Amino acid sequence: MTEATVDVLVAAAPAASPSIRPRWLRRLLGNRSVVAGALILLVFIAAALLAGVLSSYNPTRLSPALRLKPPSAAHILGTDEFGRDVWSLVLHGSRISLLVGVSTMLLTSLGGIVVGLVAGYSRRLDIVVMRVMDGLMAFPAILLAIALMAVRGPGVWNVIFALTIVYMPRTAMLIRSTVLSIRELDYIQAARALGREDAAIALRHILPNCVGPLLVQGSFIFAYAILAEAILGFLGVGVPPYVPSWGNVIASGKNVIREAFWVSLFPGVALTLAGLSLNLLGDGLRDLLDPRLRVQ
Amino acid sequence: MGPYLVRRLAAVLPVMAVVATVVFLLIHLIPGDPVSVMLGPDATPTQIEATRQALGLNRPLWEQLVGFYGRVLTGDLGQSYFLDRPVSRALWERAEPTLVLMLCALMVAVAIGVPSGTIAAAHRGSAWDRGLMTVSLLGVCIPGFWLSLNFIYFFAVRLGWLPAAGYVSIFSDPVAALRYMVLPAFSLGFSQSALIARISRSCMLEVLQQDYIRTARAKGLSQGMVTWVHAFRNALVPVVTVIGITTAVLIGGAVVTEIVFNIPGLGRLIISAILRRDYPVVQGVVLVTAAAYVLINLGVDLLYALIDPRIRYD
Repeated sequence: MTEATVDVLVAAAPAASPSIRPRWLRRLLGNRSVVAGALILLVFIAAALLAGVLSSYNPTRLSPALRLKPPSAAHILGTDEFGRDVWSLVLHGSRISLLVGVSTMLLTSLGGIVVGLVAGYSRRLDIVVMRVMDGLMAFPAILLAIALMAVRGPGVWNVIFALTIVYMPRTAMLIRSTVLSIRELDYIQAARALGREDAAIALRHILPNCVGPLLVQGSFIFAYAILAEAILGFLGVGVPPYVPSWGNVIASGKNVIREAFWVSLFPGVALTLAGLSLNLLGDGLRDLLDPRLRVQ
Repeated sequence: MGPYLVRRLAAVLPVMAVVATVVFLLIHLIPGDPVSVMLGPDATPTQIEATRQALGLNRPLWEQLVGFYGRVLTGDLGQSYFLDRPVSRALWERAEPTLVLMLCALMVAVAIGVPSGTIAAAHRGSAWDRGLMTVSLLGVCIPGFWLSLNFIYFFAVRLGWLPAAGYVSIFSDPVAALRYMVLPAFSLGFSQSALIARISRSCMLEVLQQDYIRTARAKGLSQGMVTWVHAFRNALVPVVTVIGITTAVLIGGAVVTEIVFNIPGLGRLIISAILRRDYPVVQGVVLVTAAAYVLINLGVDLLYALIDPRIRYD
């Protein structure tokens, strides 16, 4: 095999994740799930960024005189048992949810890439690494997160740490299976024959092909993380109770549900819409990037 | 089947070893000195030292790990700090409500999910299909614990039809037990039914496109006969996988549902253990539920052969 042939083979390799091109953008914008999901998500991002502008109430300021006021012109979503404005709590709560969601998604992707590449590329390490991943996936996700929070204590970064440990094995498994399917292809053999180092092959030729599955997985992990953060907050083992997060507000709403249903209703609606947006986005991306997995 | 069973059981062992190791290491993740954290700020140095010795935390890590494996294998999960009894006994006492809740929720999930998916597939593209799939998408997105609160508000607080919270053992008063279990089972089962419905629809669509279904239709069989008699069984294998996964997921979901409905099961046990820093109980609940999760998945694998005789485990 001449070097020229090898270069042709390498060039003819399955396209690395396509960069943003007009055709790609057209396909993306032509998918109703992706557009709907992205639009709802953009609304949440805008709400999180502009929370201080969209609400004039301080979400941490307690006003006992305004306790459990129903929705009105002054408080469009009412107030909670401490007199805090629910609209303001929902807006500021989106910051925590998005922070936890994005951070968990990025960290699980990063960890998953490293572990998945190592396992997929090294047969010797594969057995050990994958048994550890199997073991971690054997835990019911929320229970492992609860146990990790129990030992680490409440806090936003502890939630992110716990959820990263819980969800990273899923990404690692995905990357590993992608690597295994690509590893033996001709263009990888060609790159190896050219004398390229394993690390360079993994990063230059294999990793770009993992971007598609990673994007799909990332959007679902984003959704799981937002939900899990709310569950941990609701159970009282997530972010500290004084931090305005959707889970904390729903938990405080539980105590007063007989008198004030609105306290738990609106953060829950926000949580559902955030989950819906990410599920739509994930479903749409999966249909675009891997038509074989399309749900009929 | 025999050799396959042995192979699958052998594959479960390393997974369980990792599970036990992670559970063991949990206590070492506590920032600072775990014993000081467990006993709180009022503990005296003597108490701290005594607890460290009792827990074996003054021994090398590998020695502690081997000891932990040995105790777990003999069913000894340690002693609860607060319940004045072995962890295994505390788990046994709290298992009934969790198992009943899981079983009821699973029945709800299957009773809603399988017919919804099958009907949607049989009427592909119709209003039925779109409606059922929209509901199932919402089911995936609506948080179970929030749905529970809304159920409590509507069916218990506003309408007064069902109790808002609590638990009655099915062995003491089956009718009351059912009344108490309706809301928790529906809130836990509904979100799981969504996944079952989506997979059932997908599998059913695949089967309905097969030649033998066309033949059945050509023979003049009714839509109902074709769907439920000829297609249903063949679409069932992947659905059973999802039902298996659902059962495993229900373990985690049950924890949260128990908190909302004040059911004295394993979920309430672990949360109260966390609040009291009763780490042996936390470890015990996590270990036992993970073992159940692994065994349920094993059981699902073995169920395939019973449902689909074409599957052989050579």
